[in-house]
Amino acid sequence: MALYRSSPGRRIAAGVVLVLLVLLPWLLEILDQSFYVSFASRVLIFALAATTLNLVIGFGGMVSFGHAAFFGVGAYCVAILADSGVLSAALAWPLAAGVAALLALLVGAISLRTRGVYFIMITLAFAQMVFYLVLSLKSWGGDDGLSLLHRSTFGSLDLKDDSTFYFVVLALLTLVLAALDRLAHSRFGRVIQSIRENETRMEALGYPVFTYKLVCFVIGGGLAGLAGALLVNQSGLASPSLLHWMQSGTLMVMIVIGGVGSVFGGVVGAVLLLLCEEFFVGISPHWQIGLGLVLLAVVLRAPLGIAGLFGWGRNRE
Amino acid sequence: MSDQRATLLDVHEVSKHFGGIYALNAASLKVEAGEVHALIGPNGAGKTTLIHVLSGAMPADAGRVLFAGQDLVRRPMHERVALGLARSYQITNIFPRLTVLDNVTIAVQARVRDWGSSFSFWKPFSLDSAIVAEAHDLLAQVSLAGLAGRRALQLSHGEQRCLEVALVLATKPKLLLLDEPMAGMGPDESARMVGLIEHLARRVTVLLVEHDMDAVFRLADRISVLVGGRIIASGDPEAIRADADVRRAYLGDEG
Amino acid sequence: MTQLILEQALNGLQFGLMLFLLAAGLTLVFGIMDMINLAHGSLYMVGAYLAAAATQASGSFIIGIGAAMLGTALLGVLIEVTLLRRLYARNHLAQVLATFALILIANESVRMIWGAQPVLLNTPDELSGPVSLVGFFYPAYRLLIIGVGALVAALLYVLVARTRVGMWVRAGASNREMTEALGVNVRLLFTAVLAFGAALCALAGALLGPLLAVQVGMGESILILAFVVIVIGGIGSIRGALVGSLLVGLVDTLGRAALPSLLRTFLSSETASSLGPALASILIYVLMVAVLFWRPEGLFPARS
Repeated sequence: MALYRSSPGRRIAAGVVLVLLVLLPWLLEILDQSFYVSFASRVLIFALAATTLNLVIGFGGMVSFGHAAFFGVGAYCVAILADSGVLSAALAWPLAAGVAALLALLVGAISLRTRGVYFIMITLAFAQMVFYLVLSLKSWGGDDGLSLLHRSTFGSLDLKDDSTFYFVVLALLTLVLAALDRLAHSRFGRVIQSIRENETRMEALGYPVFTYKLVCFVIGGGLAGLAGALLVNQSGLASPSLLHWMQSGTLMVMIVIGGVGSVFGGVVGAVLLLLCEEFFVGISPHWQIGLGLVLLAVVLRAPLGIAGLFGWGRNRE
Repeated sequence: MSDQRATLLDVHEVSKHFGGIYALNAASLKVEAGEVHALIGPNGAGKTTLIHVLSGAMPADAGRVLFAGQDLVRRPMHERVALGLARSYQITNIFPRLTVLDNVTIAVQARVRDWGSSFSFWKPFSLDSAIVAEAHDLLAQVSLAGLAGRRALQLSHGEQRCLEVALVLATKPKLLLLDEPMAGMGPDESARMVGLIEHLARRVTVLLVEHDMDAVFRLADRISVLVGGRIIASGDPEAIRADADVRRAYLGDEG
Repeated sequence: MTQLILEQALNGLQFGLMLFLLAAGLTLVFGIMDMINLAHGSLYMVGAYLAAAATQASGSFIIGIGAAMLGTALLGVLIEVTLLRRLYARNHLAQVLATFALILIANESVRMIWGAQPVLLNTPDELSGPVSLVGFFYPAYRLLIIGVGALVAALLYVLVARTRVGMWVRAGASNREMTEALGVNVRLLFTAVLAFGAALCALAGALLGPLLAVQVGMGESILILAFVVIVIGGIGSIRGALVGSLLVGLVDTLGRAALPSLLRTFLSSETASSLGPALASILIYVLMVAVLFWRPEGLFPARS
């Protein structure tokens, strides 16, 4: 892939989508479907999680198969803090991101010594460790997970209100996307993308490649922790399934469907996948066969994902 | 070639073995500042291994490498580049999917050493006009000015080799390690590359590994001959041509 | 105490040998074709279901195993020819995603055919009792599994290490281009290896069926273990797969049995009983990370 460059057209499209998303709670109210506001929050949170993985895989070229660990750890952090009486979002959410970033630092520092499949497998192994550790600790709920009885509090904002919570999620997602767009065009963004393209050459040019990859990995992991902190607030449960490797796989599916290495790839993929799930589960309990077939088609026919099909945000081949 | 020239690179009894096979066996070599020093030898003599060891891509098993007075042996590749040691690869090693200009700007950007620069996450790169200007300048030097917007993979083989030279030059090296820059080139492209190296040699010291003997004897101030992991002779081209050991070990079988 | 440890060691051996049946096929596919096949676990699941169905239909466990191996091998060929073949040249991300899609399809298909409830696969009557070993009783069926596993492992080792086909396979794992240049029909070799790996999966699935539940999702948990095994052993190496399997089988089984009581000797029993199982369950992953930390290409790298 060439270095990422966003086009004015795509920025306008993103602006239009943002306006629609801001209006969404009112639209749903008019349609008498307010139940879906919480679902919309869920979709945006997964969009955030997928975007952070896209930073690591799509921009950094590190095929991490353990991203769910950071996502899940963020969720558990908030639930554990709430359990011991810390409800403030201003405290709990950055802490969740910080713990996830610290875990990413540890995992990355060891995993990034390996290459290719070994990297894929070692990140998976670390995620499995976290999964089984959480699963076997009874004080953190074991199989059942840890319920969050009260949503976090945030100054005078009432996060218990689904619409308010939705706006907070939307604001954070917009912020992260804007930051990712800046990052993609910054010197750092150019360096990590060039490492993705040719690591040996970057080393021979004098870049401390390992450090760059590690910083990218830690940013991705930390922000995934933030997504986890939001998700536990949305669903009210920090469940071990958030840490399961199938969750890592699902996040990968999202970015591949949406577009690897494109700023909005994670969002597009998460929205499509979760909407399809919501829609098709009602039609057939076996909708996953359809999902599998669609995924196969995307991998074989459209390796750049939906974003690639439309040439969004990338120089045409 | 006067003897007062300072030694830029001092390779002292460097060894490297793979399993039981010695690719380098106590090889010693001195490259003086300002010269074009050619390294020749039959296939499998250890030339590329020496380049790998010097650039930091492989650790040496024994021996010492001094570059501008600094011991290199334990330094990672990126620190060696910062000291002024840069290399090209035998097989073209560029960023095929990036544009020609992006290839060079990323290389120029590497040279800026302070942490505030390449760990800059927010400021758009497009505002770094100095880097872009320098990149255009480098492209002009290797005669690729008109192709800045192309993707590197669309260039011809010879143009890609020139692009790689531009990448290496961008790091402002003191010593250029060129590993068979003429490999796989036609006569026209080779002539162009020889011209380019002659041009470069006015500013940087060059250690050149090359099989094309015409090019070697045209470019080199001094030549070292590597056979079986050892340097068997070092000297100016006339001395090497006349050296009996070299003729027997190497030049002889090329006729 | 020694009796308990001996029994657990046998359990570990049995588990390790079954892991080897999966890991062998996986490591060859991985090593020769440079292909990450997540669907390997699905072949194991399908094998177990086919064995259960065929055993029920025929009344014979032996026929059940044979039918499962044949059916799964055919399925393996079908997948290889229609899909996997197109993925060999692609990057690892594409391979992971495409075979992840296969898992979704396989799980849902099995659920459609056999339902969401676990299927019963009984231990054959003649093997359901215990046998007396020196000083203690051990289930006959588990002993049989150890025997079959050891036999297959030995056969496989001879096949790969001593025969011409085995030489091609080893050559393919260490240098694909060279093998092609020597005139080996690599396409056919790939299909054959995949079919063979699938049959081994089915054998493992059928043999483990009576011990574990035959259910949707059974493939994924063991798949990850098989990956751990081949990464520890060194991708592409049969010897590595065998050593890795036994190591993982023994460490996991003995860890679970011994760690809680071991911790109790220097921790309070309360802490030990909550920490013990947690540590035991991550022991093999710690093992893998440690191996990769010191030997980033595994214990027996096939490529050098």
